[in-house]
Amino acid sequence: MKHGEVSSGWEVVIGIETHAQLATQSKIFSGAATAFGAAPNVQACAVDLALPGVLPVLNRGAVECAIRFGLAVGAEVAERSVFARKNYFYPDLPKGYQISQFEAPVVIGGQLAIQVGDSEKIIRLTRAHLEEDAGKSLHEDFQGQSGIDLNRAGTPLLEIVSEPDLRSSAEAVAYARALHALVRWIGICDGNMQEGSFRCDANVSVRRPGGPLGTRREIKNLNSFRFMQQAIDYEVRWQIETLEDGGRIQQATVLFDPDSGETRSMRSKEDAHDYRYFPDPDLLPLVIARDWVERTRAQLPELPVAKRARFVAEFGLSDYDATALTASLEIANYYEAAVQAAGVASAKPCANWVMVDLAARVNREGIDFGDAPVSAAQLGRLLARVADNTISNNIAKKIFDAIWAGEGGTGEDAADRIIAAQGLKQITDTGAIEALIDEVLANNAAMVAEFRAGKEKAFNALVGQAMKATKGKANPQQVNQLLRSKLG
Amino acid sequence: MIERSLKSLAQGLAKGEFSSVELTQAYLERIARHNPEINAFITVDPDKSLAQAKAADLRRARGEAGPLLGIPLAQKDIFCAQGWRTTCGSRMLENFVSPYDATVIERFDAAGAVNLGKTNMDEFAMGSSNETSYFGAVKNPWDPARVPGGSSGGSAAAVAARLAPAATGTDTGGSIRQPAALCGLTGLKPTYGVVSRWGMIAFASSLDQAGPMARSAEDCALLLNAMAGFDTRDSTSVERPAEDYTRLLAADAPAKPLAGLKIGLPREFFGEAERAGCDAAVMARVDEAIAAYRALGAETVEVSLPAMQLSVPAYYVIAPAEASSNLSRFDGVRYGHRAPEYSDLDDMYSKTRAQGFGAEVKRRILIGTYVLSHGYYDAYYRQAQRIRRLIADDFARAFKECDVIMGPTSPGTAFRIGEKAADPVQMYLSDIYTIAVNLAGLPGMSVPCGLANGLPTGLQLIGNYFGEARLLDVAHRYQRATDWHLQRPTALAD
Repeated sequence: MKHGEVSSGWEVVIGIETHAQLATQSKIFSGAATAFGAAPNVQACAVDLALPGVLPVLNRGAVECAIRFGLAVGAEVAERSVFARKNYFYPDLPKGYQISQFEAPVVIGGQLAIQVGDSEKIIRLTRAHLEEDAGKSLHEDFQGQSGIDLNRAGTPLLEIVSEPDLRSSAEAVAYARALHALVRWIGICDGNMQEGSFRCDANVSVRRPGGPLGTRREIKNLNSFRFMQQAIDYEVRWQIETLEDGGRIQQATVLFDPDSGETRSMRSKEDAHDYRYFPDPDLLPLVIARDWVERTRAQLPELPVAKRARFVAEFGLSDYDATALTASLEIANYYEAAVQAAGVASAKPCANWVMVDLAARVNREGIDFGDAPVSAAQLGRLLARVADNTISNNIAKKIFDAIWAGEGGTGEDAADRIIAAQGLKQITDTGAIEALIDEVLANNAAMVAEFRAGKEKAFNALVGQAMKATKGKANPQQVNQLLRSKLG
Repeated sequence: MIERSLKSLAQGLAKGEFSSVELTQAYLERIARHNPEINAFITVDPDKSLAQAKAADLRRARGEAGPLLGIPLAQKDIFCAQGWRTTCGSRMLENFVSPYDATVIERFDAAGAVNLGKTNMDEFAMGSSNETSYFGAVKNPWDPARVPGGSSGGSAAAVAARLAPAATGTDTGGSIRQPAALCGLTGLKPTYGVVSRWGMIAFASSLDQAGPMARSAEDCALLLNAMAGFDTRDSTSVERPAEDYTRLLAADAPAKPLAGLKIGLPREFFGEAERAGCDAAVMARVDEAIAAYRALGAETVEVSLPAMQLSVPAYYVIAPAEASSNLSRFDGVRYGHRAPEYSDLDDMYSKTRAQGFGAEVKRRILIGTYVLSHGYYDAYYRQAQRIRRLIADDFARAFKECDVIMGPTSPGTAFRIGEKAADPVQMYLSDIYTIAVNLAGLPGMSVPCGLANGLPTGLQLIGNYFGEARLLDVAHRYQRATDWHLQRPTALAD
């Protein structure tokens, strides 16, 4: 299905709710740690267990995350917001209610730009609010019983709600990707989807273009972009087929089964909970002083949109390159530091190196850009040597590998050290290269004859021989030129 | 020894007249002798109490001192105390042993007080007679056929029967003041936020407040000194500089010690028609107390609290709403009662809660669930919150005219066990004078003001926010001029 378009006379309407786990050290209302993967229930304190008499105390760090997000999407950070109790019984919900925000959320409005094909589309946000996560029910290994792990109970979440502005699964995925990149960019969420740090629910409906909104079904807990695309595509087809067969859509919550590729209903509106929201009397209204917002604004990194525009303007990059280099804050920071070391004249080669050579290596080894053994400054200095013709691009690749392997030390001048130590400085002395070429021509009479007979391949072989004789240090353009003129 | 005030007991301990172990032993013996009849305590653990007493004696031997060092106190069984069974008067927590201390318990421990035991109470503090306790009704020491009031009825009965020199209580709608009045004690509910709620099992979080129950205002002040203070573990605890609540009590006694004090008498209590809402004999004692205050130099002014008439209905929306949510954690999953047999999860929940909670708790969970339900929230909960603001505004206006407001604590004296048990509305109306104070978050006291038909009556004193020290002083002046607070039940003398 194409994005933003009517599919066989139907328009798709999607809104997304995202739960982003906030990257705080401790839980939102208790002092217990939030690290992933600990043995069951070792990270659950008295508050998380909801012992009689315990009380919640709000984690300032979680609020700071919400402020950062609000600022990053141009939203209103509410001066006063209210925590509310969402009441329902479930074994992994220890208090019998979840502390969330209902009538007065901390972030109101905002927007996010997404790339749809070649154009940009603005997706409006409804709100974002703070809440606590529940624990986990473990249904395996207990023979007819369930185990409860409360390590996750009380982990801070920011629930981000979009307006129903998305018109296709592709737009939905583009939105989710942009949001995913943003929360990582501003450092409020690690974005680890396997561990459940970033999960989406999609509200999907279809309607006749211009008609009233259709009844929506909510696909819960989408924890990969691929599943999101598959689930929405399936759901849209199912809804259209149902309607075209004369059926009606019932409001429902559905789950996506990746094995069958289908969505199936979890509960209908009839058995929807009445959550009996009311303000939590254990917590005062959250009042955020304006100077807190301003201090946070000052600490916020340059946002992706601004950085992208600046890369185009300052470094002369294409939109495509600028977008790729602002995919994450890490890659953008790496790139900028490399350009700084190499000089703005090398901005374009720097971009190629970061997007191609470095990206390939980093991906292969499964590490982050910030952890690459070749630092941005080292790469920049290396590329500066290419720019000033000290070395060729090919030699630069060898040196890059050498620095990666630990040669040349950890200093910014690693490339220079390797060049000096291994005598890799490019030979640019015309006299010396001429002498070499004469020797190559004398030793390879057969190739010379082939070339003269019209075989262009033989020329390349001769260039190769000349480069080999200099161990790659001769300037390739120079070799080319001189060889041409001698054979001329 | 058992008639001595906290101050006098502290002096006795300091002078070495007796040790904390001896003092604790004396009270434990009285408990062993009289508790079977009064049923004031749910849990007594002499080994634990005596170990604490021994530790207090050791601290004293090492040179420590303090007004509560070595003093035994009874703790309402709503406060979690590490290693102690903490039941909240419910079958749900019949076997719950707390792994941690409430802030109040922690502070008393730090002061060297000895925990004499955990006192009986209405189940989850829901009740005004102590008849809803899973552990049985408490008897009023003044007349064992009558209730001690509630929900802190065990604490009140324990102090009145001299099974403890003083006790803690909690007050959500009158649960300190009403039993204090019905048992002839002095009780103080502080301003909301003065005493930390950490470790105090929640009934209605926005109304619950712990306070002292003792035989005099002076003793209450000593206890409040230990209990009060900012606590980072309670977000509703108020951060203020520490106060000595006894500081106004020590001054000498001139002829007119309360000259300049303006007492507000609400038309809603004292108006011609409104007086009929209160037992005539109780009202007569209250009038006499007001007269005594005039004699001490105070002047009285009429004030009006028009929204007060809405306090009981507003309270019975807000308190059950909060309770219905607060009690959701008692689900049989992690601790507390779990039904021995069930077919599935929903069945486990409903059987566990059907068995674990008593009738009054269930009634309030139902009311609370109803008023918070979709479609009813605006009509009940939101409306009740508006009334709550009106009531607070009424008090704010009244306190522009006066320093302290006075009236009856309870519309009657202690009623007979079973008399109101079948009629919840009659039971709810026994808190008609006290509930508005919780809704406004103000401090309130009850002070004994004489007997009616041989039973104690209480004068209620309501102060402005954080006016505890002044309130205690106003009560103390009255107690220096009268001896109603020294009256004690004639039974259980041995």
